[in-house]
Parts: sequence; C-alpha cells; structure tokens
Amino acid sequence: MSGASRLPEGPHVGGVPHNDDGVPEPGEMGGIPRGPEAAPPRPPVAHALRDAGISALVALGLFVPLVGLRTDVGPGGGGLILRTRWADVAILVAIVFAGRLAMNLWSAYRPAKKPRTVLRTAQIARIGTFVAPLFLGFAVLMPLLPWTTRYGLDLGVLVLTYVMLGWGLNIVVGLAGLLDLGYVAFYAVGAYTYALLSTTYGLSFWVCLPLAGIFAAFAGVLLGFPVLRLRGDYLAIVTLAFGEIIRVVLLNWVSLTGGPNGISGIPRPSFFGLSFSAGGGPGTFSDFFGLEPSPTHRAVFLYYLILVLALLTNWVTIRLRRQPLGRAWEALREDEIACRALGINVTNTKLTAFAIGAMFGGFAGAFFATRQAFVSPESFTFIESAIILAIVVLGGLGSQLGVAIAALVLIGGFEAFRDLEEYRMLVFGAAMVVIMVWRPRGLVSTRRPSVALGERRAISGDLVGEGHG
Amino acid sequence: MAYALQQLINGVALGMIYGLIAVGYTMVYGIIGMINFAHGDIFMVGAFVSLISFVLLSSGGWAAGPGAVLLVLLVSMAITALYGWSVERIAYRPLRGSFRLAPLISAIGMSIVLQNFVQVSQGARAKPIEPIITGSVELWHGNGFAVSVSTMQVVIVVVTLAVMAVFTWLVTRTRLGRAMRACEQDRKMAGLLGIDTDRTISITFVIGAALAAVAGTLYLLRYGLADFFMGFIVGVKAFTAAVLGGIGSLPGALLGGLLIGLIETMWSAYAGQDMFLLRELNPAYKDVAAFGILIATLIFLPSGLLGRAEVEKV
Repeated sequence: MSGASRLPEGPHVGGVPHNDDGVPEPGEMGGIPRGPEAAPPRPPVAHALRDAGISALVALGLFVPLVGLRTDVGPGGGGLILRTRWADVAILVAIVFAGRLAMNLWSAYRPAKKPRTVLRTAQIARIGTFVAPLFLGFAVLMPLLPWTTRYGLDLGVLVLTYVMLGWGLNIVVGLAGLLDLGYVAFYAVGAYTYALLSTTYGLSFWVCLPLAGIFAAFAGVLLGFPVLRLRGDYLAIVTLAFGEIIRVVLLNWVSLTGGPNGISGIPRPSFFGLSFSAGGGPGTFSDFFGLEPSPTHRAVFLYYLILVLALLTNWVTIRLRRQPLGRAWEALREDEIACRALGINVTNTKLTAFAIGAMFGGFAGAFFATRQAFVSPESFTFIESAIILAIVVLGGLGSQLGVAIAALVLIGGFEAFRDLEEYRMLVFGAAMVVIMVWRPRGLVSTRRPSVALGERRAISGDLVGEGHG
Repeated sequence: MAYALQQLINGVALGMIYGLIAVGYTMVYGIIGMINFAHGDIFMVGAFVSLISFVLLSSGGWAAGPGAVLLVLLVSMAITALYGWSVERIAYRPLRGSFRLAPLISAIGMSIVLQNFVQVSQGARAKPIEPIITGSVELWHGNGFAVSVSTMQVVIVVVTLAVMAVFTWLVTRTRLGRAMRACEQDRKMAGLLGIDTDRTISITFVIGAALAAVAGTLYLLRYGLADFFMGFIVGVKAFTAAVLGGIGSLPGALLGGLLIGLIETMWSAYAGQDMFLLRELNPAYKDVAAFGILIATLIFLPSGLLGRAEVEKV
C-alpha cells in the first residue's frame, strides 16, 4: 500500500518485523492489503512464475524496438539502415525473467527478519564510532603505504574531492534542508575564479583559494536571495536552472572564459613557494628537501591538500552544528513556520546556509582547477550536481560519515567499472535507483540530535524532516 | 511585421510540443507531488521509438503517407507508455510514502539510466531522418518576405489540439478522470473511498508517457533529428512551461508551453538584431531566457498563470 499507512520507523522495541527493503510484498501489489489471516494466498511458486512471466512480457515490449532494432547512419551519410539483434533481446528478457523470479521466491521464502531492537541500534552506533577514526586513519596514511600506486593516489584525490563537495552540499541540503540541484555552479565559480585570476594576474593558488571561496559565497547569496520564498521541488528546479545559466554563460562568454575551449595552462600549486617539477632543479620541492625528483611528490601533495580541505569542511560543519547558527539551520529544516514564530531570522539563516555551502564548493572548484590545470564548461554539467546530491542523499542526509562512504562507493565504484566504458553510466544510474529503493534513508540511516536534553540517543532518519525546505 | 508573424507561427508550433510534455509533468506533480525527472527522457524514448518505426516501415517499402504516420504515432505511444509504466513501477512505487527526496533521487537515476540505455542500444550519434511531411502554404507576401505555414506545423497544431481534447475529455468526463482528480485532492481519502490509488497513479504515468510520445514523434518529424540527450533540455523547458502555467492545471500547461515556445523563438529571432537594446542580446542565451522566466515566475507568481494558490496550514 502507499506509505500513508506506514508508520515512521523508530527504534523498534522488539515486536513487529519491519519490511523496509522497498520491495513490495505480495499483498502490497493490489489495492487492498491482504491481512495475515486472509484466505491462503496462491502457492508462492505459481504466483512467482506468473509474475515473472508478466515482467518478461513487459521487458519484451520494452526491448524489442530499442535493443532489437538498431538504427545506424548508412554509408555516405545517407538514410538510416536497420540491424536486428534478437539474440540480445532474448538474453535481456531471460535475465529479467530469472531476476524477477528469484526476487519473488526470495521474498516468499526468506527467513523472518530479526526485529530491530534498541540494543541492536546501539550496537550499530558503537561500531559507527570506530568506523570514522578508522577511515580517517586510512585516509591519512594512504599515500605512505608501500602498495599505493599512482593510480590509487589519483583515485583517492578524486574520491576526496567528491567527499568535500558532498560535505559542502550537506550543509545546504542536510542541515538547512534546502534542496539544491545546482551546486555545481559554485564549483564552477570557484574553478573559474582561480583559473582567471591566476592566468590573468598571476596570483598564486594560496591567494586565490580564499578568493574563490568568497566569490562562490557571493554566488550563493545571489542565488539565495530570489529563492528565499521557494520550497521543496520548486527550489530544486530553480537551483537547477541557476546551474544551467552559469554553464551557458561560461560557454558563451567567449572573451572572458574562452567559451567551449575553456582555460588551459593554469598554474599548479606550490608548497610554501617550492614548486613541484618532475625534472628537479633549483628552487623546487625535491631540491630543497634533497629528494629524488619524482612526479609522485605533486600527487601526494595534492592528495593531502584535498584531504585537509575536506577535513576543514567537516570540522566547520561539526562546529557550526553546535552553534546557534547550526541549530537554526536544523530548526529551519524541521519547520520553517515554527522558526519564524520563535524569532529566528529565516532570511539570514537561509542565506548563510547557501553562502557557506557555496564557499566550500568554491574551494573544491579552485582545487579542481589547479589539479587539472584546465577548466572548461564541460566539467560543470547538471550530471555533476546530480552526482553530488546523490552522494549526499545516498549517504544519509546530514550524516557526515554516510556522505564519505557514499562518495567512496559511488565514485570508487564508478572508477572500478572503467572497463565497462559506455555501460558505466548505465550501471551508475541503476545503482542510484537500487540504493534508493533499498535504503530510502541512505546508507547511514540513524541520526544523532545536535542538541538534546539529557542523553543523546540515535534516532531513525525517518523522524528527521530533511529536505522539505 | 511579416517576420514577426512568421516567428509567431514557428513559436506556436514549438510551444505545442512543450505543452504536450508539460502536461505529463503537471499531472504527475499534481497526483504524487514529485517532479518526474525522467519525463524528458521518456519524451526522448518516444522520439526514438518513432524513428525506429519509421525506418522499419520505409525498409518494408511502405509509402510514407498519413496512414504510416498515424501507425507510427500509435506504436510510439504504446511502447513509450510501457516505458512510463515501468519507470513508475520500478523507481517510484517502492518509494511511495518515503521521504520527499528519495523519489527525486531515484528519478534522476532513472533519467541517467534511460539516457544511457538509449546511448548504448542505439549509439551516441544523432540520427537524422528524411522529412516525411513536406510542403507549405504561403499565407501572405509583403515587403519581400513571405509568411508561410508548413504542413508540418499544421499537423503539429492539429494533432496537439486533438490529443489534448481527448485528454481533457478523459480527465473531466470519465470515471478514470474522476479517480485521478480525487487522488490529486487527497490520496488517502480517495483510497478509503475505494479508489485503487496505485492503479490510478500508474495510469497517470501511462497517459503522461503517451502524450510525451506524441510530442517526441512531432518533434522528430519537425526537426528530423533524434539523439539520446535531447530529453534533458526539452524536459527542463517543459517543466518551466508547467510551472509558468500553474502546476496542476492542464490548460495552464498548454498555455505555458505556448508562451515558452514563443519566447524562445522570439529570442532566437530578435536577439542580436540591430534594433534598440536588442543588439546587446545574444541569441545563444535563449535557454537562459527560458530559465530566467522560470525563476521570475516562481518569485513573482508562484502559483503560475492558471494555478491555484497553495495555502499552508499549520
């Protein structure tokens, strides 16, 4: 049945086993829920077979035109020619049939789920406290481990960039509850700020980094002002439009941004004035410390740079949460009207959330520009925003650890499937759907209140009103 | 003057297509309160199914007459409706009653899946087809500029109006339409009164997808090109149209679509021309114009042109 009747999932004190895996139980499919004492249902195997058969039929309808008949531009650019691939269709339909059958049988015969008790929730929470320092320790030591390759290091940098972006967006979406689908705009503002200032005025990375943050924060306020009154999906679509506007402007303002060609030759960062050079030479990092010149130095430096930036984001977020501003964000997320009634300045609260979230996006953008030494509007498409938002939501809104894990799973997984080439994005999108259906509250679905009277107890994410703003 | 009239005609034809897609957004938003992010890609799938059907028909040696076009339209509607139904079944129904962001994320995921599915199965290159409906009628000749309406534009307007008429009848006069409107007002209450809400929502998706398929077919016939990414920008514009017309309002969706189509066409036609302030504008910013309108509407007229104002109860 529709979830109208589904109670919020609190920490269950024994009792009702709860089916939260999102797969509708047989009784949920029709209109009327079949009570446990209703007439005995059809034998599960027959039912499963019938259902799988229907699914296979639907799959046949879906795949026959788009997979079975492939159109190609004919030789000489003439009309389209048609090629049939019935074998592929047959395989896909068979997969759907088998998968659906297995799913049905599993849901009919699986052992009863152990109810989630307070004790178990507490156990999970205790494990959680160990996981975070473990991750941190691994992240710090990773470049020093002997078996870390150059590829692993670059992958680490990529994952950490998304961790930072996720944490930045988490301020806006997870804490203040403002649904932002245009976060990549601030990333772009940061990247172009550094790219333009360094190539035009020769400013160094360390001067530009705060400037990139400030410019991005301004962009955040610029976006924040008009959307103050908007909520929910409307806010999402306006922020999406804002992100697209920034991208289209970057693409078409050729005299400033170079248009689709982007800006290349962006200076790399230096270590207290010591530059990194694979060739060595006086005044370089390797020369100063008497090391063998190696391109790995810069990679390690970039790794620690993004690690520090990401941890800064995390630290600021954790500190802010305990301060009046952070509490105001969380209150705003739960109920805007109540906030107003209690005398919280909603305008300022929203604008600071946009500004601070955007600032970290700007930092990450400046880092991106210096790492790539090249920026173009192609890097700042809507899909980036969607990936960052997906990281935040899949991780569990408001959960710092969850965001980090989600970034690792999504981006690491995305890179791990590099061999799949064009199927990679398909798998990525499917993973987004599957994780969401499997765990709508994200991977880490418990929350700890920032402020509580007496003991602070973890509560289910369902009790938190995230993303309504 | 002649030029403006010509652009008006072009804009109306484009706006009709946006309007058809906008109906899908507005219906789904009305009934389950979520932006169906994959709807733009459903439109793309509709265009592709039509493309494939056209190629299939022409390779079978069928003449490309009105009968063939109608057949393709029906096939495309059927297959695309199946896609719409499957998307709802796989990605949205398990999340019904979950918190608000979950369906949005799975919708974005579904959009990525559809785009890349078509890219993998049909290739990344844009697919051209030869014009099927050709010919035009010259309406007026003045100042050395002829105003003409192409047969295709007439077909777009006629088909859109016919489909919308059927659809309006469906929503306002039938039992199904009544169930849909009831679900829109209060889903829980409708369920208590014996309406199968899940089925009604499924049918809403099916109808929305069928309308998107009509739009996809018309778009393909008009512009002669389909590629796997075409759904995104058209989808955002159609959503803008739905918001502009007032979300939840069906005539509003068509009105909003017309306005967006006109504004976009006029912007491309007049921006950068040597008149007053227009020379400051860049035709490349036509999408920015559409998005700017979206933002302005939401700020100054949040309930749209024909929508009802939402009252928040505490």
